[in-house]
Amino acid sequence: MVVDSNALTAQESRVRIPGVAADAFAAKSDAPESKTVIRLDQLNVFYGSFHAVRDVSLEIPENSITAFIGPSGCGKSTVLRSINRMNDLIPAARVEGKIEYHGVDVNSRGVDPVEVRRRIGMVFQRPNPFPKSIYENVAWGARINGYKGNMDELVEQTLRRAALWDEVKDKLKESGLSLSGGQQQRLCIARALAPNPDVILLDEPASALDPISTLKIEELLRELQQDYTIIIVTHNMQQAARVSDTTVFFSLNDERQGVMIEKGVTAKMFTNPEDPRTEAYISGRFG
Amino acid sequence: MSASFAPGKGVEQYNPRVKQRQNASAAMKWFLFGATALAIVLLGMLLYSILAPGLPWLNWHLITNMPSRIPERAGMNSAIWGSIWIVLGAAVMSFILGLGTAIYLEEYAEKNRWTSLIQTNISNLAGVPSIVYGLLGLVVFVDWMQMGRSLLAGVLTMGLLILPVVVIASREAIRAVPPSLREAAYGVGATKWQTVRHHVLPSAFPGIMTGIILSMSRAIGETAPLLVVGGASQVLFRPSSPLDPFMVMPLQIYNWTGRPQEEFEQLAAAAIIVLMIVLLIMNSVAIGLRQHFSRKARW
Repeated sequence: MVVDSNALTAQESRVRIPGVAADAFAAKSDAPESKTVIRLDQLNVFYGSFHAVRDVSLEIPENSITAFIGPSGCGKSTVLRSINRMNDLIPAARVEGKIEYHGVDVNSRGVDPVEVRRRIGMVFQRPNPFPKSIYENVAWGARINGYKGNMDELVEQTLRRAALWDEVKDKLKESGLSLSGGQQQRLCIARALAPNPDVILLDEPASALDPISTLKIEELLRELQQDYTIIIVTHNMQQAARVSDTTVFFSLNDERQGVMIEKGVTAKMFTNPEDPRTEAYISGRFG
Repeated sequence: MSASFAPGKGVEQYNPRVKQRQNASAAMKWFLFGATALAIVLLGMLLYSILAPGLPWLNWHLITNMPSRIPERAGMNSAIWGSIWIVLGAAVMSFILGLGTAIYLEEYAEKNRWTSLIQTNISNLAGVPSIVYGLLGLVVFVDWMQMGRSLLAGVLTMGLLILPVVVIASREAIRAVPPSLREAAYGVGATKWQTVRHHVLPSAFPGIMTGIILSMSRAIGETAPLLVVGGASQVLFRPSSPLDPFMVMPLQIYNWTGRPQEEFEQLAAAAIIVLMIVLLIMNSVAIGLRQHFSRKARW
């Protein structure tokens, strides 16, 4: 059921998941500056009458890692979940403003949230593998999206990309829940990769993990960055500093609405932020 | 020699009363044990009062023969088959309708005033006396839809009777599936039905089956609605089509206990034993199914 692993070693590190648009690469090498994958324009999110997020505008370039940081309740997860329309699942949630993915507003008429979520994968705060086999955890997302290639190959490649293959190759039939917390989270990353997205959203993916598992996830994100655009919400500022290229700082305004305070290159944000509120948060004086 | 701590800090502000609290805890344990023991004793007495007169009459004739005026020849074959058909039919009907309703209300319907009104009504229906369902069945199925006093009318009536319980149990089971599982499925681009079909239902299935099992137990023991819908008279053949008249075990028992001869009362006790065995077999099958599917869901 699994492809002979020797056959893959020659090309394993650069194996592309079949079907990823090759022209995405071509376009990248032609253009000197990387293009914008996600663009938020005056994004406002409401839960019922509560105005949770106010006027967020930002651009996320291709193959970058962007960290959303900020105190609890500042709306960073809400913004993240708006991007792949996971907020649709909350009946009272309402989104205003534009969320563009490759120039198309994900909330416009004719855009199906199912298609959005296939292209913009998500990893959640607590590892939540399906109560199915490790194999099936990866394969399911590809199968329901009509994957036509060799499923065994896809599962192996995807698990390799998620740096999990060596640990699970002998027990693919075992339940995903039998793995440790860190392995489960990498399985969830593999699951998110299987339907072949180009953006991965991670909502505090390491907050329930020990330091070593956390480090593994961070290393993994650095590798995935070559092929994916990554946005990560984190409470852990060291994590944001270690793993991201760009950091976006959210906070609450006087009306307790989530607002974007500052956005910048991570190194600069953590050494020389422009806004005093950012500095106060980063130096641990509030939040 | 019992050891004890020296009075620690905070003795002025705290009065831990550990001894009294432990005593209350132990007293509660005995009370709960007593409740369990009483239930078991009562069940034992009930079983004895049935087994003692019934066991001598328990033989193959009882199962293979048709009802008769002579106690030695009387059997309950038609009633056993009637009960099996009624319970299976009602279970299938309520499974399809009840589970469908539960999935719709939990996963698809908007949560608004209408759905909560429907929910309240379903809960109320679960408490409606069963004779009312019998009257409904008599008017709608027997008379208006002209099914007559048939097996089909009995199945439909009984199916309606257990439907609210199945809906409520299925909804609870579906609601107990963690939202993170749904998020995971939606997150990889699943549609609502794919999420429900592949993740919510397999996780909820054991709970749904528990509801079905409980309602099957209720259906097999129900007498009143079938007294109204079905024939209270003797049926001397096995139902072979849905429009045949039918007899069920509780009705047969009711019939026999009403006769003057003492032998028929003992026969009724034996019939109760048979009813319990049939119920046990049906529930075992359902429990086996539940185990099978819950294993499969976990892989």
